[in-house]
Amino acid sequence: MNNLLPLPVLLPLLGAGLALALNRRPVAQRVVATLVLAGVTTVAAFLVALTDAHGPIVLWVGSWPQPLGIALVADRLSALMLLVSSVVTLSVLLFSMGAPEAERRRETPVSIFYPTFLVLSAGVSNAFLAGDLFNLFVGFEMLLFASYVLLTLGGTGARVRAGSTYVLVSLLSSTLFLVAIAAVYAATGTVNLAQLSVRLHELPHDVSLVLQLLLLTVFSIKAAVFPMSAWLPDSYPTAPAPVTAVFAGLLTKVGVYAIIRTQTLLFGDSHLTRLLMWAALITMIVGILGAVAQTEVKRMLSFTLVSHIGYMIFGVALASTAGYAGAIFYTAHHITIQTTLFLVLGLVEIRAGSTSLSRLGGLAALSPVLGILFFVPAMNLAGIPPFSGFIGKVGLLEAGVQHGGLLAYVLVGGGVVTSLLTLYAMAKVWNRAFWRPLRSAADEAGLSPAESAGQSAGDAQDDDADDLPQGRRLPWPMVATTVVLVLLGVGLTVVAGPLYGYAQRSAADLVGQTAYVRAVLPGGTR
Amino acid sequence: MNPNLTLALVAGALVAAGVYLVLERSLTRILVGVLLASNGVNVLFLVASGAAGGAPITGVTDPQDMSDPLPQAFVLTAIVITLAVTAFLLALAYRSFQIAGHDEVSDDVEDAAIRRLAIEDKTSGSDDADVDGHPDETGQATGEQEGERVTADPEGSDADPAGFEPQEPPEAPKARPVPAGYPVSRNPRPGERP
Repeated sequence: MNNLLPLPVLLPLLGAGLALALNRRPVAQRVVATLVLAGVTTVAAFLVALTDAHGPIVLWVGSWPQPLGIALVADRLSALMLLVSSVVTLSVLLFSMGAPEAERRRETPVSIFYPTFLVLSAGVSNAFLAGDLFNLFVGFEMLLFASYVLLTLGGTGARVRAGSTYVLVSLLSSTLFLVAIAAVYAATGTVNLAQLSVRLHELPHDVSLVLQLLLLTVFSIKAAVFPMSAWLPDSYPTAPAPVTAVFAGLLTKVGVYAIIRTQTLLFGDSHLTRLLMWAALITMIVGILGAVAQTEVKRMLSFTLVSHIGYMIFGVALASTAGYAGAIFYTAHHITIQTTLFLVLGLVEIRAGSTSLSRLGGLAALSPVLGILFFVPAMNLAGIPPFSGFIGKVGLLEAGVQHGGLLAYVLVGGGVVTSLLTLYAMAKVWNRAFWRPLRSAADEAGLSPAESAGQSAGDAQDDDADDLPQGRRLPWPMVATTVVLVLLGVGLTVVAGPLYGYAQRSAADLVGQTAYVRAVLPGGTR
Repeated sequence: MNPNLTLALVAGALVAAGVYLVLERSLTRILVGVLLASNGVNVLFLVASGAAGGAPITGVTDPQDMSDPLPQAFVLTAIVITLAVTAFLLALAYRSFQIAGHDEVSDDVEDAAIRRLAIEDKTSGSDDADVDGHPDETGQATGEQEGERVTADPEGSDADPAGFEPQEPPEAPKARPVPAGYPVSRNPRPGERP
């Protein structure tokens, strides 16, 4: 069964090569990409079932003598992450294929979209399955490289500007990651996670603390934890809608996954609870305040993304089974919901021609379907019962109360405030984009034609001319994919019981550590 | 294991020079900085691998005298990745030069918008839906006045269906006269006319 393990990495990579070879046949490319990602999803579902039944699965690639080669490991946590991410990637792929021809040519004028997308998927899978630090690094590099290309697709001015910041920040974090790996190797003589989990404990505490802080910094940059989060809201919104959606769903969560993995497996006895709690609190509050101040909805959502990373870090900081379980559940929930919201915004952009609150209006009348599609995940994100966002937040808050202590209570308070402010931000979008009468939006834009002649006169004239904004009909495949994702988000509530149980079991694995180490190194730890 | 002090110092110097260059605004200088820093990190791997020895091939070198092959494999991977990064950054810098006439990393859109609001002494209008003629309502966070492409601007994106023609910014001529003093940012402040 462990021969299934390389498939989530291999299939997309081979698919990417094939798609690149088929660059003159977009239809064939689409078929390849869909089949590959569907295959990955199936494998991931198998892995979830297998790891839950039989514990971690390990494959030593190339059958080298055991501690020498590269190990791929799937335990409950990585299998779940793999499943959620592959489902989301597949949906986004279907969404992007549903775009009308003209739109697609404008957004992705070259035929490298599908290969790059597949490489991104391979990188994400590789990061989730990596059994050693260097393979994790390679996984990160694969997904980052694909993301550089996807973010700057078409090479327009805005994308080149956002892309250069993004590339440089990612490069910096990769360089730091290499420094961390060199330091870890110098200190322990291995990069295998299971071996490290034993050897790091034998190091003097200050040395292992330095290594821990180095790795935490690296992964915090990737996960956009507060002091290192400024790059995210600047770079994500400029990309094409499907690309932003998949970035928002997956890339930061790979960072969160890496934090969870290293915090539990490598540094199980050094929790850094205070530091992480402060980081979580500030990430939540600063992120959501940024979201509240935005009028451009894509940017607003990017800020809520940063803010909600704080919840996951909160769970990690508690370092208890309940905390990790909450963080894992919240990650699975957030991947789905954040992607859905960005896809809905893609639809809004098609329908209304803008995603800025100052230009939007009357969407509920224009397209009631869009209203429902936005409302459900928005409420889910804000954590309104009975949606999964509520369940995840309750789980985390309960874990916080269990942990006790002043800072934990402050964080519980911060979590509630963040949730309320998320609701406020979502309500603002809802009121202004969907319920505000359209005429007033047009009037505002055209209020002083002389003054705004240079900037928005074109807009105002358009609005006056045909009463509705320059709306195009929504292509049904895109709507259908979004509906499926929204239903999936709602479905997380339906299966919340089993899913939370699964998350708790994975958290127990993480805290216990032994299952992972024993599976990777059955013949002892040397 | 005794780390090699010379190599550690070389790595430190390379990374320091790299960091200094990365703080520059021109993409080409940043690229040189990235190269220096990543070479510094590669040297760091040599420090991590311990004392140098013979080629790590069984039968050729006695296992006691072998140098550690694993860090070398790491370095090799890192070099390949750096190569790809270099190519990509060069392409990015060239594209930036095609579009804007320079290869400088421009300001965050948000920074530009906030600076404009600060100069006009206005607050963000994100909460007052009904304020009339608010600056926020006309060009918020779009950087239109800076001559940058608008984040989600329907007209702008339709203008260039293939996305391949170099985007000529509306108000920014290619070779803008350099303002007096050191150009911290090529984006002119809203009050100032080039």
